Amino acid sequence: MSILEILFFALSAFAIVSAIMVLVSKNPIHSVLWLILVFFAISGHYILLNAQFLAIVNIIVYAGAIMVLFLFVIMLMNVQSDKEPQKKLLTKFIGVLSGGSLLILLIALVKQTTQLQGKQVLMKEGTIGLIHPLGKALFNDYVLPFEISSVLFLSAMVGAVIIGKK
Amino acid sequence: MTILALDWALLAEKLIMIAIIVLASLGIALYTTFAERKVAAILQDRPGPSRAGPFGLLQPLADGLKLIMKEEIIPNAANKWLFILGPALAMTASLMTCAVIPWGSAIDVFGRHIELQIADVNIGVLYVFAVVSMGVYGIMIGGWASNNKFSLMSALRAASQAISYELAMGLALIALLMTTGSLSLKTIVEQQVGGNWWNIVYQPLGFLIFFITAMAECNRTPFDLPEAENELNFGYHQEYSSMKLGFYLFAEYINMIMSSAIMASMYFGGYDLPFFNEASVAPNIAAMIGVGTLLIKIVLFIFLFMWIRWTIPRFRYDQLMGLGWKTLIPLALFNMLVTGAVILATQ
Repeated sequence: MSILEILFFALSAFAIVSAIMVLVSKNPIHSVLWLILVFFAISGHYILLNAQFLAIVNIIVYAGAIMVLFLFVIMLMNVQSDKEPQKKLLTKFIGVLSGGSLLILLIALVKQTTQLQGKQVLMKEGTIGLIHPLGKALFNDYVLPFEISSVLFLSAMVGAVIIGKK
Repeated sequence: MTILALDWALLAEKLIMIAIIVLASLGIALYTTFAERKVAAILQDRPGPSRAGPFGLLQPLADGLKLIMKEEIIPNAANKWLFILGPALAMTASLMTCAVIPWGSAIDVFGRHIELQIADVNIGVLYVFAVVSMGVYGIMIGGWASNNKFSLMSALRAASQAISYELAMGLALIALLMTTGSLSLKTIVEQQVGGNWWNIVYQPLGFLIFFITAMAECNRTPFDLPEAENELNFGYHQEYSSMKLGFYLFAEYINMIMSSAIMASMYFGGYDLPFFNEASVAPNIAAMIGVGTLLIKIVLFIFLFMWIRWTIPRFRYDQLMGLGWKTLIPLALFNMLVTGAVILATQ
């Protein structure tokens, strides 16, 4: 096994264990903290794929900003597992069923995609995750979608200001 | 065994460098606490710590010994793991910044060419930004795990302050990055070395915004709302004792050193000594002069931080938020627009 493979499997195991801990933690604060670890593991995978820019942006945006807001809200609401009302058995069953179906659907999709069949991941190669190629691609090939998504952000911002003013 | 296909010498070199830089940062932070008390004393016209050793020079050792020898108390109602994780995270996040700072140009030792930088990643500035955004977790987790209302209030204040000022900091940085065209701190410093203008000449307003936001991110007065004693008793570290409290206090000083190093590298030429031709002396000596220059710049910035702390009183919380959102962010946007227009006009 090369170092890359060892790192890949270690990071994957780390990501999966953390993701499971997000689900099984009784305390919502612990769930959020495990979720931050999941983001770190995913950033590690980005670095293995030579996408340093994506890796660091993933940490800044998801682990650094969005998760702080999650923590913020949970701390302010003071959610505690033992005081929360327990869900009915039927609701739990339906939740498991729908989640499981989604998982099967995703696996079937990945298995059937012809573009992914027989291909191997290029580690340490590829440049699209670096800042110069990514910037060029965004501002040359995908200018319109990029600008439209910024309009989406603007509308979200205006909405937040209006709700905040009420 | 393909595992051994590593450049072990490179690994050893980096590990030694990490050890030196971490130990040096801790040592400087130790004496920064002493300097803080001395500067405060001078500004308030009193002698300051003077009993331990000549001029009180052993005072930081006495303080450290006191912190270590005190009893460790973990409150009964606290969340034990997170209570310990809080200060550890604060300390780790503040030390991690030093990885991308170029401490000097390269030296040659035993035939090896050693760059005086732990990692020259091409996204160095963003890495610093990511580490800064991690720093708030130490405070939030510690404040929440203490299970104390004052600590929680203070942790929430720290988080909202950090998020608000990160925005203005990022916008001020974008203007700088537009002029440098690179995110690597090494490249940014090299552009300023050797008779070229320092970036402060191109980005005076950007530097001012960055300096103010850096002060806010370090929780320094006048932005130390998270530890406003008169409203919150003591702040997010109220329940902490012994070296866990020491870690929180220390992390603040290390943050100050690291942000001084970042500011010196990005706006004030890093290890560049002005009016001095590095090529006129041997490369090793030039590199050492560079390290010394950067250290002097860091010390000057730290003094500036302290001078401000003991001169300006603390803001009110609404003033803090107003300054961040209504003054700094529009100013940073304006700075960005002007920089873009100038770059476009001179192309």
